[in-house]
Amino acid sequence: MRVSVEITRRPEIADPEGTTIMRALADLGHRDIEAVRVDRVIHLDVAGDDPDQVRARVEEMCRQLLANPVLEDFRVEVDE
Amino acid sequence: MRTAVVVFPGTNCEKDVVHALTSLGGEAELVWHRETDLSRFDGVILPGGFAHGDYLRTGAIARFSPVMAEVGRMAAAGAPVLGICNGFQVLCEAEMLPGALIANRDLAFICRFVDVEVTDTSTILTRNATLGQRLRLPLNSYQGNWVDPGSDARVTLTYLDNPNGSQGSAAAVSNAAGNVVGVMPHPERASEELLGSGDGLVLLESFLQSLVPA
Repeated sequence: MRVSVEITRRPEIADPEGTTIMRALADLGHRDIEAVRVDRVIHLDVAGDDPDQVRARVEEMCRQLLANPVLEDFRVEVDE
Repeated sequence: MRTAVVVFPGTNCEKDVVHALTSLGGEAELVWHRETDLSRFDGVILPGGFAHGDYLRTGAIARFSPVMAEVGRMAAAGAPVLGICNGFQVLCEAEMLPGALIANRDLAFICRFVDVEVTDTSTILTRNATLGQRLRLPLNSYQGNWVDPGSDARVTLTYLDNPNGSQGSAAAVSNAAGNVVGVMPHPERASEELLGSGDGLVLLESFLQSLVPA
């Protein structure tokens, strides 16, 4: 099964890359942008045919390794 | 008294650390990250570099290297554990230190001498230093910006000019017991006047004097 994990930085954690991109966009004339955040998506192909089980396993992987609980939240999407 | 200097794939400051410790009369030995027994050592240093390519997040994969279980055991037993630069990032990911390290505020790799001030002298890194003592050390990092929302962490060293945006200007932090410390600038690269500064010596001497037989 194809699984997408979206890892987002918590709102209270600064995102220097997002801020830099926002400034560059402003330089290009896009001055109406209020915030830019750069997040990460990880795609996994997981063996198994029970979407709930696959989701639970991937969520466990997020807690173990894929996301840092100090900085990040995660969202798992399973393509059924 | 022996110090294990851990080498992950991508570590690149291990020989500098061994050289600096040895020149102070310490005994240090390189240990590959797959080692599972550190019982012959009295302390551990995780040196700088790019462990496991810094993939995913700095330190995220190194945290699961086999040696880290032993590093955790020694830390819990009160042995001195020091992470320098990338080693600091590994200790945060391993939750042996509070917080996490993100990209520098201005997204620049910073490679220059910085001035820091000693704010806590009850750690294995600073026991020989004096409170308020100023040290000139080389900083060499892209992900040196320490954050820990709502933190009550013990800050060991602070930057005078906070070059990377670290919370509380922290250049080094410790665990509650003071035996696990992460430091972003490199004391081992300031261990001889020939290198531009000998200010790192007091920190490495502190580490060596904190070693007690396991």
